[in-house]
Amino acid sequence: MMIFFLLALVVLGTSLGDVFMTVGMKQHDIIDDFRPGPLGRSLAVIMRNRWIILSIAAFAVSFFGFMGLVSVADLSFAVPATASAYVIETVLAVWILKETVSRQRWLGAILVAVGVVLISL
Amino acid sequence: MKTRICLLIIVLSNALGNVVLGYGMRQIGSIASYSPLKLIVSSLRALSNPFVLLGVALLVVFFIAHMIVLSWADLSYVLIMTSAGYIVVAALGWWLLDEPIKPLRWIGILVITAGVVLVGGTPHSTLPERSAEPERNGSQARL
Repeated sequence: MMIFFLLALVVLGTSLGDVFMTVGMKQHDIIDDFRPGPLGRSLAVIMRNRWIILSIAAFAVSFFGFMGLVSVADLSFAVPATASAYVIETVLAVWILKETVSRQRWLGAILVAVGVVLISL
Repeated sequence: MKTRICLLIIVLSNALGNVVLGYGMRQIGSIASYSPLKLIVSSLRALSNPFVLLGVALLVVFFIAHMIVLSWADLSYVLIMTSAGYIVVAALGWWLLDEPIKPLRWIGILVITAGVVLVGGTPHSTLPERSAEPERNGSQARL
């Protein structure tokens, strides 16, 4: 039971973290000036975006959830189980971020999720 | 092109950052106690190790590059493309740490590679207002 609770924290933390970060970054202009000054100023603005702050909080939940998960379960369970995030995030990208995920991209996402399970068994 | 360069930086800084950080942490030894005071002392000791510092710096580069690419590219694109990191980590482990690659692992690496190649053939942004590569806005000279 504890294992599945921690797994849910990890997968939801990563997935929501990535979605929140994408929402925050899409509110910002495209970053195309990589000189240190302008880049630093862009980052200073971005770090005050509430979606970015929320995403960092979600990643922190996911990080500590993973620490907890590997303390109660084997890595060979923990890593493949978190591969489900690839599919969940692709669903969220369509549903919340309104991205167009073609059949080709769906197939790629499923292959990567399967591949991550295979390499960690 | 700029998308591909960002993805390369993301994949390499993440893989190298984790490897270098792991190497540094093993030099320090395992953290025996989780009491807050000892944890602070252990953290300070860890941060005085050059490999730990380099690892943290690389992971900061990873995080910033990941944010930057999402300012124009799709999450569903970046997510799959950066999974190429698994291939880099397996290669680094085999090359630097002499970790053998089992047959099942080889198959996994091939399957991930196939997924990355498939998604690499799709446009990096499907949102109409973000679909232009940043360099097309005449910003190339600023690099």
